[in-house]
Amino acid sequence: MSLKIVVLAKQVPDTRNVGKDAMTAEGTVNRSALPAIFNPEDLNALEQALRLKDRHPGSTVTILTMGPGRAASIIREGLFRGADGGYLLTDRAFAGADTLATSYALSMAIRKIKDYDIIIGGRQAIDGDTAQVGPQVAEKLGLTQITYAEEILNVDEAARRITVKRHIDGGVETVEGPLPIVVTVNGSAAPCRPRNAKLVQKYKYALTPTEKAQEAPAHPELYDQRPYLNLVEWSVADVEADLAQCGLSGSPTKVKTIQNIVFQAKESKTLSGSDADVEGLIVELLANHTIG
Amino acid sequence: MANFYTDTPELKHHLNHPLMRRIVELKERNYADKDKYDYVPMDFEDAMDSYDRVLEIVGELCGDIIAPNAEGVDHEGPTVAKGRVTYASGTQANLDAARKAGLMGMAMPRRFGGLNFPIVPYIMAADIVSRADAGFENLWGLQDCAETLYEFGNEDQHQRFLTRVCQGETMSMDLTEPDAGSDLQSVMLKATYDEKENCWRLNGVKRFITNGDSDIHLVLARSEEGTHDGRGLSMFIYDKRDGGVDVRRIENKMGIKGSPTCELVYKNAKAELCGDRKLGLIKYVMALMNGARLGIAAQSVGLSQAAYNEALAYARDRKQFGKAIINFPAVYDMLSAMKAKLDASRALLYETARFVDVYKALDDIARERKLTPEERQEQKKYAKLADSFTPLAKGMGSEYANQNTYDCIQIHGGSGFMKDYTCERLYRDARITSIYEGTTQLQTVAAIRYVTTGAYLAQIRTYEAAACAPGLESLKVRLKEMADKFEAATARVNELKDQEFQDFVARRLVEMAAFTIMGHLLVQEATTAPELFTRSANVYVRYAEAEIGKHADFIAKFRPEDLESYRKQ
Repeated sequence: MSLKIVVLAKQVPDTRNVGKDAMTAEGTVNRSALPAIFNPEDLNALEQALRLKDRHPGSTVTILTMGPGRAASIIREGLFRGADGGYLLTDRAFAGADTLATSYALSMAIRKIKDYDIIIGGRQAIDGDTAQVGPQVAEKLGLTQITYAEEILNVDEAARRITVKRHIDGGVETVEGPLPIVVTVNGSAAPCRPRNAKLVQKYKYALTPTEKAQEAPAHPELYDQRPYLNLVEWSVADVEADLAQCGLSGSPTKVKTIQNIVFQAKESKTLSGSDADVEGLIVELLANHTIG
Repeated sequence: MANFYTDTPELKHHLNHPLMRRIVELKERNYADKDKYDYVPMDFEDAMDSYDRVLEIVGELCGDIIAPNAEGVDHEGPTVAKGRVTYASGTQANLDAARKAGLMGMAMPRRFGGLNFPIVPYIMAADIVSRADAGFENLWGLQDCAETLYEFGNEDQHQRFLTRVCQGETMSMDLTEPDAGSDLQSVMLKATYDEKENCWRLNGVKRFITNGDSDIHLVLARSEEGTHDGRGLSMFIYDKRDGGVDVRRIENKMGIKGSPTCELVYKNAKAELCGDRKLGLIKYVMALMNGARLGIAAQSVGLSQAAYNEALAYARDRKQFGKAIINFPAVYDMLSAMKAKLDASRALLYETARFVDVYKALDDIARERKLTPEERQEQKKYAKLADSFTPLAKGMGSEYANQNTYDCIQIHGGSGFMKDYTCERLYRDARITSIYEGTTQLQTVAAIRYVTTGAYLAQIRTYEAAACAPGLESLKVRLKEMADKFEAATARVNELKDQEFQDFVARRLVEMAAFTIMGHLLVQEATTAPELFTRSANVYVRYAEAEIGKHADFIAKFRPEDLESYRKQ
């Protein structure tokens, strides 16, 4: 018995190291100034998937990512860490998708993958911070979802049940759910294992058809000899998606304006540390909901 | 988010040395493995790309995991209970990460699960790891023992033990005893043959054993009853799964606290012979030590790098008298010397590693087929170079690590004396490098013969003949004068034919050779990568020139009868 696990992963600009040129004059993210990385919480999700694979021999971990052609590097990163394969969902028609259109596209790809037990992704991506895509994918596929997971404790393959420790306000709870299921994982879960020296050497030439056409690979003969080096690319048509629900046209979210916010203190006041001052401060913080 | 490989471009420069083409060709046997395994290079460029990518993993592991854990490991340290060692939690996390990254058994052949990497990238990993945590490098670097097991063990032992090392089991080399430190000929641990069980039994005590609770031990023991010298010693493999060796205590050390230094008690421990009887010390341990010395040279360079980085960051940040202290000549004098010594010892480290690579790869080929006469000549040439350069790399590298960590504290001023800054740990960690695997004084003993026979001088003259960038010619002229002074000093010592006098000035002579060699290497590096090495070449040659002048003066004016003032009171 083994598990089929799909990991939802996103390539994101590294917003943790934002410099002064991180935003364009128009207020959009200047992607060229920020390195593209594996969304951090998706790495936590990948680690949970790989741990399941360690415990359930014969299981497969498949990366599913949507993005431009260069997002294929996310699949390679996954392969370097122990994933078995991946799909890149890429098409001009997917561009400009909000969470609704993204989850629609992902759910169509998962339908095409067809055979899955667990779909697992990070809680949220650091470029949007919405935490909506995972739950929306679950809804669209009609699956149970467990969000804010800290750790997958057990999967009972015979009973088709999964046990997950999840984070709640002020603590954790352990919940159980049926397979197939969608799980989203917190950044406080176990960090992802490092890239593996042998896997890096095994998969370093893995390319999508588009990359192969663009890059003139050093060893073209390898792609016939080693099928695992051929990464799969899917378009809107490949996943039989409805164009109207994809990309910009499928995205009800509209940006009205963008403001550059500069944080600065406008006033300061000195508190003496006396009981009266401290009490006054507590009352004020409670009143403006900073605490409480 | 730091990467200790990619943030130091000097490393990649050393990795890309022209001799690597020959090394990879020998190591990969013309890429014969490429249809047998799925992670094998197809050609030279592919192999170099793989080394680069794997070192990037090492760099990331060091920046993100090992370095952040170092302070905690230094405070927590390992513990011992009921004869077994428990690592500090950070050490355990480091080991787990290194195993998951598949970095154990880097230099082992693929048929045992290794990566079949040459020594150069393996040593580079050791260099990077040491910068992150020098104590952890000891556990990592004991992979070296596998090399000795591979060279002298039989195929059955290879299959049983090397596969385990490649999966991440740790090793130790159990040599030192309470009365046998530098003088390993005095080893007394007793090995007796158990006729009934058809195995060897070990009884006795070992001391100062790094990672003494490892999974697989190489043990030096006296197998020939009644003998008292090195010829009665053999090498054994002890498997922890068999039991019989307990850790009595672990030492409370000044530095490298994460690395458990153990006192071991052998009680009728089952063991098997590795290689032939009686060759334990004279052949196998000497090979083991040479590998380990290169490891300590790498550890030293890593520490020098860490010390330089800390000192540079502090000197840029710290303001006194209205400006950053890096702007004061007294401070940039120290900093530039640190960088020069770092670059010089690193250039020597990789030059040595390349020499080792060529002859070891040829040795390995010789196990499969007869070498051609040209190959035999090549093997001999590089083996000799490796043997002569290893004590220089270890001796000079470790002294520089000590000097650099000392200067690092000096640049921090009073703050450096406090426990708040990393520099005090580096200073404590560096101190052992010039002591273990043979003190600097013993490296001199190993190196002096290459002074008196003219081997170093011949190699220096070869370097003199190499082309250099036009702007560096004046340095080459000065290096030539330095070599002449070294030659004259050597001639004087040889002519006097006074052994005690020679022993007395040996370190000065060896240093003169090392200074000149490192000066040449930096001129060569500055020729191929001026942006990285020109400053250090300029600083180092001036420094080395002054040091050589000092030694030359001392030796020229010293008369054997002057020893009277120095001899034991």
